[in-house]
Amino acid sequence: MKYTVNEKGYYGEFGGAWIPEMMYTNIEELKTRYLGIIESEEFRNEFDKLMKDYVGRPSPLYYAGRLSEHYGSNIYLKREDLNHTGSHKLNNTIGQILLAQKLGKTRIIAETGAGQHGVATATVCALKGIKCVVYMGALDVSRQAPNVKKMKMLGAEVVPVHSGNKTLKDATNEAMRDWINNPEDTHYIIGSVVGPHPYPDMVARFQSVISKEMKSQLLEQTGSELPTRVLACVGGGSNAAGAFYHFLDDEQVELIGVEAAGKGVDTNETAATLTVGSPGVLHSARTMLMQTEDGQIIEPYSISAGLDYPGIGPLHAHLHKTGRAKFLAATDEEVLQSVLLLTQKEGIIPALESAHALAALDKIKMNPDDVNVVNLSGSGNKDMETYLNYFGY
Amino acid sequence: MNNRINQLFESKKENIFSVYFTAGFPRLGDTVKIIQELEKNGVDLIEIGMPFSDPTADGPTIQRSSEVALKNGMSLKLLFEQLKDIRQSVNIPLILMGYLNPVYQYGMEAFCQKCAEVGIDGTILPDLPLDEFDAEYRKYYEAANLHNVLLITPQTSEKRIRQIDEASAGLIYMVSSSSTTGAGKKVEDFHQDYFERVQNMNLKNPRLIGFGISDQPTFVNACKYAQGAIIGSAFVTAIKDSVNLEKDIATFVKSIDPGR
Ligand SMILES: Cc1ncc(COP(=O)(O)O)c(C=O)c1O
Repeated sequence: MKYTVNEKGYYGEFGGAWIPEMMYTNIEELKTRYLGIIESEEFRNEFDKLMKDYVGRPSPLYYAGRLSEHYGSNIYLKREDLNHTGSHKLNNTIGQILLAQKLGKTRIIAETGAGQHGVATATVCALKGIKCVVYMGALDVSRQAPNVKKMKMLGAEVVPVHSGNKTLKDATNEAMRDWINNPEDTHYIIGSVVGPHPYPDMVARFQSVISKEMKSQLLEQTGSELPTRVLACVGGGSNAAGAFYHFLDDEQVELIGVEAAGKGVDTNETAATLTVGSPGVLHSARTMLMQTEDGQIIEPYSISAGLDYPGIGPLHAHLHKTGRAKFLAATDEEVLQSVLLLTQKEGIIPALESAHALAALDKIKMNPDDVNVVNLSGSGNKDMETYLNYFGY
Repeated sequence: MNNRINQLFESKKENIFSVYFTAGFPRLGDTVKIIQELEKNGVDLIEIGMPFSDPTADGPTIQRSSEVALKNGMSLKLLFEQLKDIRQSVNIPLILMGYLNPVYQYGMEAFCQKCAEVGIDGTILPDLPLDEFDAEYRKYYEAANLHNVLLITPQTSEKRIRQIDEASAGLIYMVSSSSTTGAGKKVEDFHQDYFERVQNMNLKNPRLIGFGISDQPTFVNACKYAQGAIIGSAFVTAIKDSVNLEKDIATFVKSIDPGR
């Protein structure tokens, strides 16, 4: 495989484990043990069983007939929104909670932006009876009240983070500080393909179930396991990593990642890291970052709390650099129109994040016979307030 | 020329008093004054904090001082500008402490050259791990006669401590406990067994103990187990509203070590 991580944790020039010594023992343990654990038969069996009976996998690959007609091409939706808790995030947290148990950890920490990863983490902690602490920017706590309440009901402690701009980046900083202060009993469940090696690879492996299912579903529905292209939204990049994973070496399959342009990539209210960013080191990975000339991190903006991260997983930085994947950006405005289009053409209300991938359908050239797979990473339930306010229903 | 860090540890074997402060805090222009006053009051070594927007190894005090310093307009370029004549008035070793990304944007080679030019003796960059340092950056440090100070913690294995000792040429920064930076600890909060274990390893490099050292008892205790100790958050707090740095710095130094 050309696009997998090397033994030092790099995708080309991106990745690595730029960790302070205080995290060395934990990262070293993960690094040396994660593959042995997650590739063991016992782990696979447990993981697969939970994926099927608890998450509700395989998620359907749905041929969106009226949307296809609208675009004059074939559009398939990979329905990650139908997973338990309403997004792809649970694929990763199930994997990591099983891993944490094998490592003998008794306390889980996580960061969350919109609250989807926080809910997915609190869910698996309830499932396994493990103590759970979720860090969330104070601003997001007030913006995403229903998810905060959900996490609490699931038994998690939600800690509002008041440092920095009080959003996802600051929650991630605080989770790392917690890990430094609790190095023995705690596992940090990172919510995307970001952070130090081996997280990007580990999370991508857990999410790779998405493209594995796509292949067999496509074979059944179209006669070929390879589509023309796969589209996914990219915040940190975990749903995109999962949707791309098993197609990475099938170079004829076009891979399209869609970042959040916010109010536009030429404004300073954007989260389109690959468009406006440059290489640097944040959260223990060398990757593309939104930063000033002096190397200070710039706070991103997007209408979708799940995409406003100033970095991007090193895998995507590499796919961008090598040209293996193409990255576009969709504005808030474009995204909201795509939300309404899918809702009224197919009766599916998508998450704001996922609608970024849908918005890209207006930006690319599609032939009538093309097979386009859009990874519908999550459900719009969490975004109803935004939708109702914007559309005025 | 011998590095000032090595000169210090050759001439002084105990009670080395080291202070961290954040450049650009409380006011943008305080950097040189703080350094001069610390030296005047008998401090042995200074760590100049390069503020970063995302200081993941720091507790609330240094998070806040970094935030203020950045708001005040501090940057690495400006810091070097402020320090350009520092060796005309200050003789003790100076170490730059911060996070990798601002240095990475400045360019590691240019950074090391600039350090040599203004008279910086070492750096502490917690998120620059040893293997990456060796692979990419050691050559620039050596050319600039600059030491990269590495950290050890209570979790660091004996094997790794030996490896870090082997890779170090100035001093080892011993993180006092499993924690981010911050004051408020008492002597009994520290694991003396960790201090003793490392003390008995007979490392070739001298050690300074830092993180959580904040007052006379914790300073004196740390000095029993290492050549000296580093005080950060407590000093940052002591000067945070200072309108008279001269007086407040003298008072602070005396409060830690009345003999200075
Ligand atoms: C539904 C949904 N999709 C996508 C994302 C973005 O994360 P990633 O880029 O890791 O898939 C989130 C994050 O909260 C999300 O909730």
